Amino acid sequence: MLIKGLKALLLGAAAAIALSGAASAGTLTIESWRNDDAQIWKDKIIPAFEKAHPDIKIEFTPTAPKEYNAALNAKLEGGTAGDIITCRPFDASLELFNKGFLVPLNDLSTMGNFSDVARSAWTTDDGKTTFCVPMASVIHGFIYNKDIFKELGLTEPRTEEEFFAVLEKIKANGAYVPLVLGTNDQWEAATMGFQNIGPNYWKGEEGRKALIAGTGRLTDPAYVSTFATLAKWAPYLGDGFKAQTYPDSQNLFGLGKGAIYAAGSWDISTFRAQKVNMGAFKPPLPAGAAECYISDHTDIGIGMNAKTKNPGDAKVFLEWIGSEEFANILGNELPGFFPLSNAKVTLSDDVAQTFVNWRAECKSTIRNSYQILSRGTPNLENEMWNVSAQVINGAMTPDAAARQLQDGLAKWYAPQQK
Amino acid sequence: MPQGAYLRLLLFFLGPAVLVYTLFSIYPLLATILNSFYSRQSDGSHLWAGLGNFHTLLLDPTWSGPFWNALKNNVIFFLIHMSVQNPIGLLLAALLSLPRLRFRATYRTLIFMPTMLSVVVIGFVWQLILSPLWGIARMFLNFFGLGFLFAPWLGVESSALITVSLISVWQFVGIPMILIYTALLAIPDELIDAATVDGLNQFQAFMWVKLPLIWPTIGLVSILTFVNNFNAFDLIYAMKGALAGPNFSTDIMGTLFYRTFFGNQLQLGNPAMGSAIATMMLIIILIGVMAYLFLVQRRIQRYSF
Repeated sequence: MLIKGLKALLLGAAAAIALSGAASAGTLTIESWRNDDAQIWKDKIIPAFEKAHPDIKIEFTPTAPKEYNAALNAKLEGGTAGDIITCRPFDASLELFNKGFLVPLNDLSTMGNFSDVARSAWTTDDGKTTFCVPMASVIHGFIYNKDIFKELGLTEPRTEEEFFAVLEKIKANGAYVPLVLGTNDQWEAATMGFQNIGPNYWKGEEGRKALIAGTGRLTDPAYVSTFATLAKWAPYLGDGFKAQTYPDSQNLFGLGKGAIYAAGSWDISTFRAQKVNMGAFKPPLPAGAAECYISDHTDIGIGMNAKTKNPGDAKVFLEWIGSEEFANILGNELPGFFPLSNAKVTLSDDVAQTFVNWRAECKSTIRNSYQILSRGTPNLENEMWNVSAQVINGAMTPDAAARQLQDGLAKWYAPQQK
Repeated sequence: MPQGAYLRLLLFFLGPAVLVYTLFSIYPLLATILNSFYSRQSDGSHLWAGLGNFHTLLLDPTWSGPFWNALKNNVIFFLIHMSVQNPIGLLLAALLSLPRLRFRATYRTLIFMPTMLSVVVIGFVWQLILSPLWGIARMFLNFFGLGFLFAPWLGVESSALITVSLISVWQFVGIPMILIYTALLAIPDELIDAATVDGLNQFQAFMWVKLPLIWPTIGLVSILTFVNNFNAFDLIYAMKGALAGPNFSTDIMGTLFYRTFFGNQLQLGNPAMGSAIATMMLIIILIGVMAYLFLVQRRIQRYSF
């Protein structure tokens, strides 16, 4: 009897082991560069998915953002990459698709929840095949410290004139850094500076598409004036801003030493953690402009590794990424990353809600260097980092910066050579 | 010993090293060189390009501009190490080998310590020290009434490369020190005694007896510095990123290679051109090492005791 019981027990154990083996076959690994969000994936997003799909286990294994592209490429070529791939926008992912590392996802039922603009970052040039589910966008603008504004009796500036008047007042007071931005890491100058205020000058999509078509030039007045405005920021930046890194900037504002922060919406959660009493205003309108434009940049998509051992489960997961449920979790758990789906999402974070409200007030565009224009050498995005930092540093004139961008682009991009 | 046994013994002792060295050093080297003769198509296939990549790298202004800039910066980086790191290393070694010195082991350990720290730590610590926002460098200068001398050195085009080089010097000064110190220890006391009897003071004994005896070590230190400097990458990447700003003023061969091979933000990696740059780095280092071997090494006199 005892022997029989033991046998049954052993059989049971063997079955359990076999079952757990089967369950691990249903494990999906996600490659991502968002190591900042690892906690939220583990605590919120994955449990929500696993609740509805108890047979599929998800593992979130992020890499540092700087190393992500290189590491992912190496893993894909070595055949060791995870089942789910987080997609950078535009060419980096397009190249992965062209090499056969990503699969077409047109047949996902939830793909219909996304607009063409949202899908454009992960769609082939002919517009036919989409290979990543659009996940989130980021919006540029300015975050300000409400306490400092109250103390100095300031109001949110709407025009550039008001913006510089506000900066002047904060500078005159002397207790706070008026505008927080550093040029050491270069991308801050380009992304939080040039791409932040620029769309108001080049009229968003209109200007961006003109560059791609070759009907607009980077030496046009719109771009030169963007640089000219950036150059005017220098006197209001922190002391020694030339050696100020991005973490320096975050700390300067997070510790309440800076009044206005040239922002990407993704910074909201950083400042929430530091308990800053903050508000946000959109890029102020330049003189003579009537309509406003914002950079609402398609930043994160998510696709499937063509070599996954578990394509069925991966598709189930990707379907869910396109769902309204995911859009709600993402928008609320990661304030500052805005779901790209058409689903109606209400955000609990008021600053994130402020950012997303601009979508209704202004016209949206994406960063102008991302689609097609950064395919050649010299790389337009790298050039923008370099010249934007130099313009703010006062080492380059706005004219020279625009000329360098245009010359670089015209070297390889046929529509700009006409 | 019979020849068969000799060969077996040879294989036993040399085999593992040859195998590891071939697998992890010689094969990647040859693969890189081979890779630099191909160009990569957008669908991932390879196409024989002969010397095309090198032609582009050296003659197309889009590529040659950054290449010569990186080479120039690398030469400056090396010259700063040669003229600051190695003389200081020599000086420290000479001081350490003074006959009556207390806390010798403490000094030696402290000076050698940074060499063992991770570059990421070094980069971060120095970025904090020099930070115009919270760095102690400014307070330190202010304390002596020299605050006006402070500048955001790491962010200014004219001073960024020098600053990064000096940080690297600070990190690695322990290596020449320890190598030269060891060489100084190996000099027999009889020679110094004889020199003292002949009427030389400490300084003269160092100049005319010890220095000639440690020239081979100084030569070795120089060539190590050369090879390491032209392979350098990590400190600059950690402090200034892959774009090595401002305006590529801290861009050296290693960062140029990394950016080209692995890409940056929207720039896609280009393994073929990256391999071409790596091959150029190999050639530059080879030329330097050969010049040293044929022009310097042969003229150094060695003494055996």
